[in-house]
Amino acid sequence: MNKIPAPTIEYGTLAPMLLVFGAAVLGVLVEAFAPRYLRKSIHVPLTLLSLAGAFVLVVVQTMTKGAPTAPAAMGAVAVDGPALFLWGVILVLAFVSVLLINDEGQFVASAAAVPGTAAEDEAEAEGRAHTEIYPLVLFAVGGMMLFPASNDLLVMFVALEVMSLPLYLLCGLARRRRLLSQEAAMKYFLLGAFSSAFFLYGTALVYGYAGSVDLAKISDALGTGGVLDPLLLAGLALLGVGLMFKVGAAPFQAWKPDVYQGAPTPITALMASGVLVAAVGAVLRVLWVGLGNLDWDWRPVMWGVAALTMIVGSVLAITQTEIKRMLAYSSIAHAGFLLIGVLATFDAAEQNADSLSAILFYLLVYGFTTVGAFAVVTMVREAGGEAGHLSRWAGLGKRSPMLAGVFAFFLLAFAGIPLTSGFFGKYAVFVAALRSGSESGDSMGAWMTGLVVVAVLASAIAAFFYVRVIVLMFFSEPLADGPTVASPSAGTAAVIALALLVTAVVGVYPQPILDIAHQAASGLFVR
Amino acid sequence: MQTPTDIIPHTGGVIGVAWLMIALPLLGAAVLLIGGRRTDRWGHLLGVAMSLGSFVVAVLALVELLGLGEEQRRRAIELYDFIPGMVKMGLLVDPLSVSFALLITGVGSLIHIYSIGYMAHDPARRRFFAYLNLFVAAMLLLVLADNYVGLFIGWEGVGLASYLLIGFWYFKPSAAVAAKKAFVVNRVGDFGLLVGMFVIWTTFGTLTFKDLDVTGASNGTLTAIGLLLLLGACGKSAQIPLQSWLLDAMEGPTPVSALIHAATMVTAGVYLVVRSGAFFFPVGSGASLAVAIVGAATLLAGAIIGCAKDDIKKGLAGSTMSQIGYMMLGAAFGPVGYAFAIGHLFTHGFFKADLFLGAGSVMHGMNDEVDMRKYGGLFPKMRITAITFIIGYLAIIGFPLLSGYFTKDGIIETAVHSDYPILGWLAVLGAGITGFYMSRMVFMTFFGKPRWAEGAHPHESPKVMTIPLIILSIGSIFLGGYLVVNQTLYHWLSPAVGAAAEAPHFDPFTTPGLVTLAVVAAGVLLAWFMYGRAEVPQTAPAGNALVTFARRDLYGDALNESLFMRPGQWLTRLAVFFDNRGVDGLVNGLAATIGGSSGRLRRLQTGFARTYALSILFGAALLTGALLLVGNL
Repeated sequence: MNKIPAPTIEYGTLAPMLLVFGAAVLGVLVEAFAPRYLRKSIHVPLTLLSLAGAFVLVVVQTMTKGAPTAPAAMGAVAVDGPALFLWGVILVLAFVSVLLINDEGQFVASAAAVPGTAAEDEAEAEGRAHTEIYPLVLFAVGGMMLFPASNDLLVMFVALEVMSLPLYLLCGLARRRRLLSQEAAMKYFLLGAFSSAFFLYGTALVYGYAGSVDLAKISDALGTGGVLDPLLLAGLALLGVGLMFKVGAAPFQAWKPDVYQGAPTPITALMASGVLVAAVGAVLRVLWVGLGNLDWDWRPVMWGVAALTMIVGSVLAITQTEIKRMLAYSSIAHAGFLLIGVLATFDAAEQNADSLSAILFYLLVYGFTTVGAFAVVTMVREAGGEAGHLSRWAGLGKRSPMLAGVFAFFLLAFAGIPLTSGFFGKYAVFVAALRSGSESGDSMGAWMTGLVVVAVLASAIAAFFYVRVIVLMFFSEPLADGPTVASPSAGTAAVIALALLVTAVVGVYPQPILDIAHQAASGLFVR
Repeated sequence: MQTPTDIIPHTGGVIGVAWLMIALPLLGAAVLLIGGRRTDRWGHLLGVAMSLGSFVVAVLALVELLGLGEEQRRRAIELYDFIPGMVKMGLLVDPLSVSFALLITGVGSLIHIYSIGYMAHDPARRRFFAYLNLFVAAMLLLVLADNYVGLFIGWEGVGLASYLLIGFWYFKPSAAVAAKKAFVVNRVGDFGLLVGMFVIWTTFGTLTFKDLDVTGASNGTLTAIGLLLLLGACGKSAQIPLQSWLLDAMEGPTPVSALIHAATMVTAGVYLVVRSGAFFFPVGSGASLAVAIVGAATLLAGAIIGCAKDDIKKGLAGSTMSQIGYMMLGAAFGPVGYAFAIGHLFTHGFFKADLFLGAGSVMHGMNDEVDMRKYGGLFPKMRITAITFIIGYLAIIGFPLLSGYFTKDGIIETAVHSDYPILGWLAVLGAGITGFYMSRMVFMTFFGKPRWAEGAHPHESPKVMTIPLIILSIGSIFLGGYLVVNQTLYHWLSPAVGAAAEAPHFDPFTTPGLVTLAVVAAGVLLAWFMYGRAEVPQTAPAGNALVTFARRDLYGDALNESLFMRPGQWLTRLAVFFDNRGVDGLVNGLAATIGGSSGRLRRLQTGFARTYALSILFGAALLTGALLLVGNL
C-alpha cells in the first residue's frame, strides 16, 4: 500500500497567514467557552493584536529574508514580493476596518430575531451582541491573504470560499434597515455561489487541458505551443467569470451596489478595500503567472471588460441618490482602472515590474481612501441609522465643515485630482498602460492608448458625480431636520485620520510608497 | 568679469538642516490653522517663537558659511526626489540666500513681535499669526530653493499668504476687492514666470541652478526667458506695468504692509533677477536693458504717486514701488549693481519697515485714521514713534551717512556710469521727488497745527510696538554704511552672483553724488514751503492736471480698465454668447446623453437576484464567446 507522503510546510514563510487563521480559531473557542459578558473584551484585543502581529511578521519577513524565490507548501502558496505587499496592505486595511467594526451601534443585537418583532426589541433591550463578528472577520481576512497568494487553482478556490463565506454572513448583520441588509446577504450569497461554480468549472476545464491545477504547470503546458483547445479557452473564460465577479467588473458588477448598500458600513469598508485588493491580486496571479503565455488571447477580451467596467461604473454612478451605492459604483469604476494595469504587460520582465508596482500602489492608496470615506459615512446619522440618501447631505459643509471637508478631500482623491494620492495612483497605472502601448510594438499598442483615452473620459464623468456631492455639501442650504454628525469614537477618528494622512501625504510625496511598491514588484511573481 | 563660484554638495552641520528654517514656521502655521480656537490663547507666542527659531537657524547657517573659504560658500543640500526624473528638491545655501533668509526672519520676527501689540484687540489674531508664519515659510522656500520649481512654489505660497493677509479683514468690501486685485494681477506675472520655466526646461533640460548652463543657447532664447522672468518679477514686485495692486494692498493690517508689501515679498522680483542674473540677464543684454527701463520708469512713477497721496500708507506704498524701482535699476548692471541692489533691498527692508510700523503706530494712536490731513502736530504726543519715523525718513531720502544714502547713491553711480547714463539721471530726479514727498509726509504728520478729528486722543504705543521700531531705526542708521563703505556686501555676495573686473570703491564726492544731494535738498525745501510753513487744509484742494494724474495712480487702473478689462469683458460676453449657442448645445447634449443612458442603464439594476444571475450568465457566455473568437482568429 502506498503511503501518502507528508507535505513539507514552510511555517516561517506562512506565519502571518497562520497567525490570522489561528487567532480566528481561538476566537471560535472564545465564543464557545468564554462567558458572554467577557467575550467582547477578549475578542477585540485578540483580533487587533493578531492583525498587528501578522503585519509585523510581514514586515520582518520582507526586511530580513526578502521575498522567497520559490512557492511554499509544496507549490501551493506563493509568498512572493507582490503577495507580501498585498498582505501588508490587507492587514492594515483589515486592522482599521476592525476599528470601525468595533464601534457601537453598527451590528444587530440578534440576527435570528425577525425584524420588527418583539423578539428583536427584547434582544435590543438586553443589549445582546454578536461577538462572532470578530472571528468571522479574521477568517475572511485569512481568506483574503490566501487568495492572491495561491499558486494553485484549487487552493485559490478554497481561499475564495474562506474569504467569501464569512462576508455573506457579516453582510446580513446590520442593525438598521435590517431587511435591506438580509436581502443583501442573501443576494451576495446566491450570486457568490453562482460565480464560484463558474470558477470551479473553469478550473476543471483548465485541468483537462494542462493536467494540473498548479499555475506554473499550466503555464508550462501553454508554453509548449500547439493548437489552442477550445476547452482551454472556455476554461479560461469561466475562471475569468469567477474572478471578475469578485473584482466587480462589468458585466458581473450587479451585486456590488446592492450588497454595499445593505451591508453594515464597516463591513462595506472591509469589502471595498480588502476584498478588492485580494481579488485584483488573484486576477494578476492567474493571468500573469498561469496564463501569461496566453496573453494574446485574453488581452482583447480583458480590454473589453476593463472599458465596459469603467464606463458602467462611472455612468451609472451619476444617477445614484444613495451615498453607499454611489461609492459602490465608484468602486466598480476603480476596478476598471485597475484592470488597465493588469493589461499593461510587456515582453521584458523589468517593465512588467513597473506595471505591477503601479497596480500595487493604486491598490494601497485606493484602499485607504475607501476605508476613510466609508468611515465618514458611518458618522452622518439620523433617526433611522445612517443618513444614506444624498439629499440628506445637503449643506453638511455648513454644519460640520471639518467632516465635510475631509469627505470632500476623499472624493477628490477618488476623482484623481492632483495633490491627492488618487492622482498618483491613476497616473502610475495610465503611464504603465501607455508605455505598454508604445513600447511593446505589437498591434495592442493603439488599443492600449485607446483604453487610456476611455479611462480618462470615464474619469471625467466620474469627477462629475464626486464634485456634485461636494457642491451639495458646501453650496446648498442645510436641511432644517438634517442628519446629525455623531462625534467619532477614538477608533473611527483614528481611521479617518490615518486615511486622511495617507491620502494627503502620498498625494504630495508619493516616493516612499512608490519605492516600496517597486521593490515588492521587482521580483515579479514566483512560479 | 567673474562668474559665480561652483555649487558644492553639502551634508551635516547647521546648513545640513537648513530646511528647519522653512519647516518651523510651516509647522507653526499648521498648528495654528488646524488647532483652531484652542490655540487662541498662546497662538501668537507660538508664531513669534517659530519665526525666531528660523532666525536662529539662519544666523547659525551664516556663521557656518563664514567659517568656509570664499570659494566654498555655495552649499547645496539635497532633500528628496520631488518630480522623479525632473526635479530633485534641494536647498541652496549661499551668501545671497542666507542674506535673504536673515532679512526675512530678522525683520519678520520683529514684525511678529510688533503685531502682538498691534493686533491685540483683534478677535482673529491667531489666524493672523498663522498667515504670517505661512508667509515666512513660503518666502524662505522661495529664496532657499536650489531650483526654479521650488522657487515657484514659494513664489505662489507668498502670493497666497499675501492674498490672505490683504483680505484679512475680509468683511470690509474694499479689503476683499484689494485682495482679489492683488491675486489677479499677480497671476499675470506668475504666468510669465511659469512660461519662462517651461522654456528653460525645454531648452536646457534642467531647472536646477547648479546644472543650468546657458552657454551655447541662442541670444533670442535667452532674451525671451529673461523677459518672461522679468514679467514675473514685475508682478511680484509691483513694477510697471503690473504695479496697480500694491497701493490697494494697503487695505491689509499695517504689519502686513510692512513685512510683505515693503520689506520682503515685493523684493522677490529683485531676488529672481539677481539669482538668474548670471544666466539670463548678463550686462548689456536686451533683457537687462528691459530690467533697467522698467526700474527707472517705476521709480519715477512710484515717487510721483507718493507725492499726491493723503493716505499715509498709500504714500508709503508709492514710495515702496519707487524704491524697488531703484533696486531693479541696480539689478540690471551686473555684479556691482547686484551688490548695490541687494544692499538697497536690505536698507530699504529696515527703513521701510520702520516707516510702515511707525505709520501703524500713529494710526494705532489715532483711531486708525490714515488721512494725513487729519494729523499734524503729533510729535510731542508720540515721541518715540516720531523720532524713529524721522530716522527712517532721513534714511530713505538719502541723508548723508544714513543707510539709504549709501545704497541709493551706489545704484545712481552705477547707472550713471553704465551705457545708459540717462537712466541714472532719471534716478537722480527720482531722489529729488523722494525728498519732496517724504518730507511732505513728515511735515503733515508730526509738525504744524493739529488737525485731528473730534474724539482723537493721540498717545504713544505700547513697548511691544515701540521696541521693534527702535531696533529697525538703528538698522536704518548704520546698516548702509556697514554694507557699503568697505564694500563688505559686494565681497560677501560675489561668490553667489559673480564679481566685476574691478571692485567698486566708495567715494562720496562725485558729480552724481553731489547733484543728488542738491536735488534732494531742493525737494525737502519745496516741501517745507508747501506743507511745513503753510497751513495744510483738512480737505484736499482740487489740483491741476498733474496732481490729478498722480492722485489717480497715473491712470494705471484706468489704463488697465480700458486696455484689458473692457475688451476682456467684451471678449467674455462674446465667448458666453458662443458658449450658450454652440458649445453648450454640444456639452449639454453630451451630458444629457450620459445622464440619460445612466438613467436607462440603471433600470437593469432591478434588485432581483435572478436578473443579476442572468446578467452573470450572459456575461459568461459573452466572455467565452469572445475568447473562442479571438483564439481562433
